[in-house]
Amino acid sequence: MSGPDAIGEGNNKTRDAVLTAVAAVVFAAALWLASSNLDGYKLRIINLIAINAILGLSLNLIYGMTGMFSLGHAGFMAIGAYVSALLILSPEQKTTMWILEPIAPWLLNVRAPFVVSLAAAGLAAAFFGWLVALPVLRLGGDYLGIATLGFSEIIRILITNLTPITNGSLGLKGIPAHTDIRMSYGCLAVVLFCMVRLMRSNFGNVLRAVRDDEIAARTMGIDTFRTRVLAFTLGCFGGGLGGALMGNLITTIDPKMFMITQTYSLLMIVVVGGLGSITGSIVGAVVVTTMLEWLRFVENPVTIGGVNIPGIPGMRMVIFSLLLIVVIIFRREGIMGMREFSWSRLFRGGSGGGGRR
Amino acid sequence: MTDASPALELSNVTIRFGGLVAVNGLSMSVPEGGIIGLIGPNGAGKTSAFNIITGFYRPTSGRVEFRGRSGKIDITGFPPHEVCKAGLARTFQNIRLFQNETALENVMIGAYVRQKGRWWQSMIPFAFPAAAREEDEIRAGAVALLVRLGLERYMNAAASSLPYGAQRRLEIARALATKPSFLLLDEPAAGMNPQESAELLDFIRRLRDDFSLSILLIEHDMKVVMGVCERIWVLDQGTLIADGTPEAIRADRRVIDAYLGRETADA
Repeated sequence: MSGPDAIGEGNNKTRDAVLTAVAAVVFAAALWLASSNLDGYKLRIINLIAINAILGLSLNLIYGMTGMFSLGHAGFMAIGAYVSALLILSPEQKTTMWILEPIAPWLLNVRAPFVVSLAAAGLAAAFFGWLVALPVLRLGGDYLGIATLGFSEIIRILITNLTPITNGSLGLKGIPAHTDIRMSYGCLAVVLFCMVRLMRSNFGNVLRAVRDDEIAARTMGIDTFRTRVLAFTLGCFGGGLGGALMGNLITTIDPKMFMITQTYSLLMIVVVGGLGSITGSIVGAVVVTTMLEWLRFVENPVTIGGVNIPGIPGMRMVIFSLLLIVVIIFRREGIMGMREFSWSRLFRGGSGGGGRR
Repeated sequence: MTDASPALELSNVTIRFGGLVAVNGLSMSVPEGGIIGLIGPNGAGKTSAFNIITGFYRPTSGRVEFRGRSGKIDITGFPPHEVCKAGLARTFQNIRLFQNETALENVMIGAYVRQKGRWWQSMIPFAFPAAAREEDEIRAGAVALLVRLGLERYMNAAASSLPYGAQRRLEIARALATKPSFLLLDEPAAGMNPQESAELLDFIRRLRDDFSLSILLIEHDMKVVMGVCERIWVLDQGTLIADGTPEAIRADRRVIDAYLGRETADA
């Protein structure tokens, strides 16, 4: 089970804290070595893993922990990415980029440092998440999925058409590549820390209670609607933050980046890793991100036994969908299930994971 | 019984679902510290009455008043979580535990309604020592409650893995964690063997005394009802047809006709 069984063995607390600290230092050192030795492509994948982990964790908070089936994460990512980019781009860049229509005057000179733009991106996404949550979270189950999917599309279409603010379908280019290993893993560390603390607290128990049995939760004095709105808003904050980091990694954003396929990849991370498991989302992010890159070879032209097969773009998504089906048939609970990584589990020789605390 | 002031009072409560009148002009009161039974044939409106009291249904007409530790309030139409906050806790006919959570977590969730620390305080360690202390107290309180109800060996087991009787007791433990002054038990003896239901009599009385509760229970097991209840209300087709002491109910013609049946007379 989650949190408390690690705390149940309370006398190991100090040992675990030391081990966690050592692991964090080792991991940080490995990242530092990687950032000075690996080429740009590999570094980009390593960055992407951290961003996808943040996004996976935030979607897991909504879907896995609190049980709200949301298909709207790409929309909140888009909000985050645009807010951050608009705050970072210089007035000169903005004037040259908006060629269809001039940029809204109030937006031209707004600027903020990268870290501030990240916070603003998260807050903006959280605000819209909250706005959407109020009407939409009265729905449950599949209806919620459809409603959030619809909202995500609305965001995308708004971005495409609000040309004075977003530069429409041309998107934004030349965003400074502020997302480096230090930034992405720094953000991941903060998000991970907050998630672990939150899910180990009694409030974490309450979120799981709302997921498991809403009627019983209400009977136990929990305002389930408010709790769900809160969890959804927090998840959207993560979505906005991840979107902003992504924009500053790729340096180009346009509305097409934030289509439903983006939400699917995140859903894949959460489901493959394990719904309701923090460790699972980290493992899922590593597995799905590297697989998506590695599977690119199937889109290249290949020659098998003298027969030349031209590369089929999108082929890796087909293979990935098949993999997802296999996971759902044979291991529905994902790699981690609802379990979490804990040092004592590792020592007992049980199922450990690649998660870090 | 009349000298004790009522902890819960229903006046003229009616609820209609379309053309069906599930509860019809029900008036009843539960004295403070009393153990009261609500009986009647299936579909008589017992669970509907429970759902009205606990806020899951809003009555078509009538009033529900509750006198908790902070005085008398009208709880008609309160949402369930507000009813719980006011001090009424309940269990369910078909046990509704948080299946994926451990027994300890289930009880801690019950205690959340009285928790003052805010959710975000857990994310900033050392800054809110009071919140951290409260969290520890809740954990300790939950452990103590589990020990008291004899559930300590299931502490870290998932609720779904507990034996049936233990699940029933865990549901009560979880209800007690909300610090209620009034407990509603929906068929606490359902699925219990004769020995377990005999133990239940004692258990319910001890609950009342140890936690200074008023208890209202729905039950079909007549041994339990007659053995533990100080007063019994009988519902039939949404209407109150009798109320009185167990002896009086056992002898009541209408109750025998509607519910108990004749064989109980010579049993």
